Amino acid sequence: MNNRDYFSRRLAARKRTDKIFHFVFMGATGIGMALLLVLLADICKEGIKYLDGQFLTSFPSRFPERAGIKSALAGTLWLITLVAPLTFVFGVGTALFLEEFIPRKNIWNKIIQTNIANLAGVPSIIYGILGLAVFVRMLALGRSVLAGALTMTLLILPIVIVAAQEAIRSVPVSMRHASFALGATRWQTVRHVVFPSALPGILTGMILAVSRAIGETAPMIMIGSMAFVAFTPRNPLDYFTVLPIQIFNWTARPQDAFREVAASGIVVLLAVLLATNALAVLLRNRYQKKS
Amino acid sequence: MAVLKVPTTRDFTDRKIIKRRNRKELTVFLLLLLCASVSVLTTIGIVTTLAVETVPFFQKVSVIEFLTGTKWAPLFTPQHFGVLPLACGTLLITLTAGIVALPLGLATAIYLSEYASDRLRRVVKPVLETLAGIPTVVYGYFALTFVTPLLQKIFPGINIFNALSGGIVVGIMIMPMVATLSEDSLTAVPYSIREAAYALGSTRFETAGRVMVPSALSGIMASFILALSRAIGETMIVTIAAGATPKLTLNPLESIQTMTAYIVQISLGDAPYGSIEYNTLFAVGMLLFLFTLVMNILAKVVTRRYGVIYQ
Repeated sequence: MNNRDYFSRRLAARKRTDKIFHFVFMGATGIGMALLLVLLADICKEGIKYLDGQFLTSFPSRFPERAGIKSALAGTLWLITLVAPLTFVFGVGTALFLEEFIPRKNIWNKIIQTNIANLAGVPSIIYGILGLAVFVRMLALGRSVLAGALTMTLLILPIVIVAAQEAIRSVPVSMRHASFALGATRWQTVRHVVFPSALPGILTGMILAVSRAIGETAPMIMIGSMAFVAFTPRNPLDYFTVLPIQIFNWTARPQDAFREVAASGIVVLLAVLLATNALAVLLRNRYQKKS
Repeated sequence: MAVLKVPTTRDFTDRKIIKRRNRKELTVFLLLLLCASVSVLTTIGIVTTLAVETVPFFQKVSVIEFLTGTKWAPLFTPQHFGVLPLACGTLLITLTAGIVALPLGLATAIYLSEYASDRLRRVVKPVLETLAGIPTVVYGYFALTFVTPLLQKIFPGINIFNALSGGIVVGIMIMPMVATLSEDSLTAVPYSIREAAYALGSTRFETAGRVMVPSALSGIMASFILALSRAIGETMIVTIAAGATPKLTLNPLESIQTMTAYIVQISLGDAPYGSIEYNTLFAVGMLLFLFTLVMNILAKVVTRRYGVIYQ
């Protein structure tokens, strides 16, 4: 057999392998896409039965047809209202400090930076343990909305900080120089030049982080309650439940009917998440036009 | 955009104004320093809370018994505090998840970076992001109500709560992470390297498998480690679908309990404050924290030590 024959025979085999793996890779990608569809279809199919106006306006009940999600929805809204400003202040504050106020080569900057990177990898349930020990017990906030919100703030802070840092870094250095050249102090520069142009990016990161907080279950189980919560929280120190806890509660029950109620709850949760993400896109578009 | 006040000469010469400005700068600096210290305090808080409650636990139970004991039964008498069954449950879930997520995620990443058209990529990436953004409790529900019944048809003897269903779904959950991070590192490889492979007559698969993947290996490895670390810390899916019976087994068809699921179980049961059951929560939490910390550091070492920076 001469070389040319060998080559063309090998070539055919190589091309065959190539084609096979093309399909393998495409198939793998397709599986991911299909899984999302199956998951959504499964939940909608199960969830449609109990999803109506009554479901949104009722408190949990022992009877699946009377069970509702009002207290959980209220708890989640409370959580968002408390978590959003807290993470905004601390997250953006930290990001501004690291990017604008101390040099990047500074040892403290590096320490804080490494620390944030490590915190981002800590499992959420560990934050639950921290919240339980510090906010619920030590600061005696009890199993309250406030304790939950503070725990969630710590949990999503690394995400917000990293997003805000990226947004701040994308502001051209020349804009800062211009501001300094006009005699502005560091804070004036940050306040009037850097912050406004970084805001759209910061907001997008913020909202994505808050939607993570909306969906987190494990730490909230440690802080919140799994029992019946048949009222909406009136102040930050009230007992509470949130959507994911309520869904977990329903899923964990043995009766099949409650599984369908859980699916309805999931539809509501996904709708809330979709709404927050839509808000992120809207805000970004609006601010981008302005600046 | 806010308009700056136009400064007059006085603003730069009046000592009072300068002093006030300086004081304001200092205040802002201190306030921002306070913000930045929150994240450091969080770490200190985590380590201290875990340590403070773990120490009394190890006064009652020896470290050796905890780490090598093969029976975990803190809620029954006689109590047993061997963490191996829980660690084994976590290992089983992580292995199953890895078998599902690593090949699937890497294949998706290769397809996206080497094969897919721009248009297709614009469809696939948001889908991956959506999958990554779905709350874990939803995945847990999916595992219990969809995957488990499916598995029951394949393995008739399988327990309703089993490691396989939980592991598969944890795999689905971490798959987008593997795909996105691996794709990032594949696209970071310069185009010229890919072109060189094609110029030598390689097929697409040869280019992907023998040139691109090896070039991006450190990033791909890091994505694997980070994803597995997520699987170790994953809580809701395993709590809902994998059961609550700590067992030293590698049979995925059985009901098991992971470290995370145990923590949830205890916190649901309202163990009395200060009791040894309450302390186990922190001991197990400490072990979990150390596991994930080591994994995350490992990921960083892999990227730093073996990463090639292309310019």
